[in-house]
Amino acid sequence: MISEFFIMKGYGIYVWSAFAFTLTCFVSLYLVIKFQYIKERKKFVAKFGSLNSERAVFARSQSINKEILSNTTSI
Amino acid sequence: MFKYFSPHKIFSITSKAPKYVLLLFIVILTIGLTEALILSPEDYKQSHSVRIMYVHVPAAWISLGVFSLITFLSTVGYIFKVRNFFLIAKSLAPSGFVFNIVALVTGSIWGKPTWGTWWVWDARITSMLILALFYLIYLVAWRLYDNNEKIFKITSVISILGIINVPIIKYSVDWWNTLHQPASINILSESSIHISMLYPLLIMTAAFALFSLLIFLMKYNTELIKIKNKGLDRL
Repeated sequence: MISEFFIMKGYGIYVWSAFAFTLTCFVSLYLVIKFQYIKERKKFVAKFGSLNSERAVFARSQSINKEILSNTTSI
Repeated sequence: MFKYFSPHKIFSITSKAPKYVLLLFIVILTIGLTEALILSPEDYKQSHSVRIMYVHVPAAWISLGVFSLITFLSTVGYIFKVRNFFLIAKSLAPSGFVFNIVALVTGSIWGKPTWGTWWVWDARITSMLILALFYLIYLVAWRLYDNNEKIFKITSVISILGIINVPIIKYSVDWWNTLHQPASINILSESSIHISMLYPLLIMTAAFALFSLLIFLMKYNTELIKIKNKGLDRL
């Protein structure tokens, strides 16, 4: 029964490889984009930390900067 | 009207949305895979190889849809000088490209047991390959000219040239004698696909659309942070 499900009358190799390729592409793309996001966010936090107090106050006045700093676990 | 597309307003939504979209995607994908691999029947002609359709067709639809959206955003963005539209278009491109590759590769895997060959220079398949090249050129252009004002013009031209290929892909099976089968699903006329196969196909399409949305949101957030990083450098 289980082997029938995997073999699929001889078409299993084609079906499973098509689904495996699709899911591998999905996981790879997700990880690449997530890695890029983490890298940019870390860069942002580091740059923000190196600002002097006057510039930091100005930068913090922009709502999007506050959003970026507060979103530590957005993905 | 375009003020509603300002980055900080969009970021407040896009930064929170990915986790919910990811959760929904996993749920819909699980249902779709169960339907596609277990519950849906085999085809009387193609047997179990028809199951490849459940990844091949949604991937092709979404890659075409994403490219059309990129062209629309680039054109409107260029006419009305809305830079954020270009950022949205740029963020859509990676998922569109990957779906295009998935459609080509899974189509090739389907071709072997169905036609007896991995590849044929058929009008539908060749035009899909051309679309993949347009995606690639579009992505490379962003990488090469990211800091250049010309990028908006360059990417608009690439997308407008590429969109000419989209109706060719759609109607290639009607215009030419192709090995690729004609469309089984028609919005305006009766579809030739059985309901037991249509449901899994639509569920998988929904799952793929959610994945595309997820990647778009993550990429868009990354691009916005990249812009803000440049802003901090100028302070």
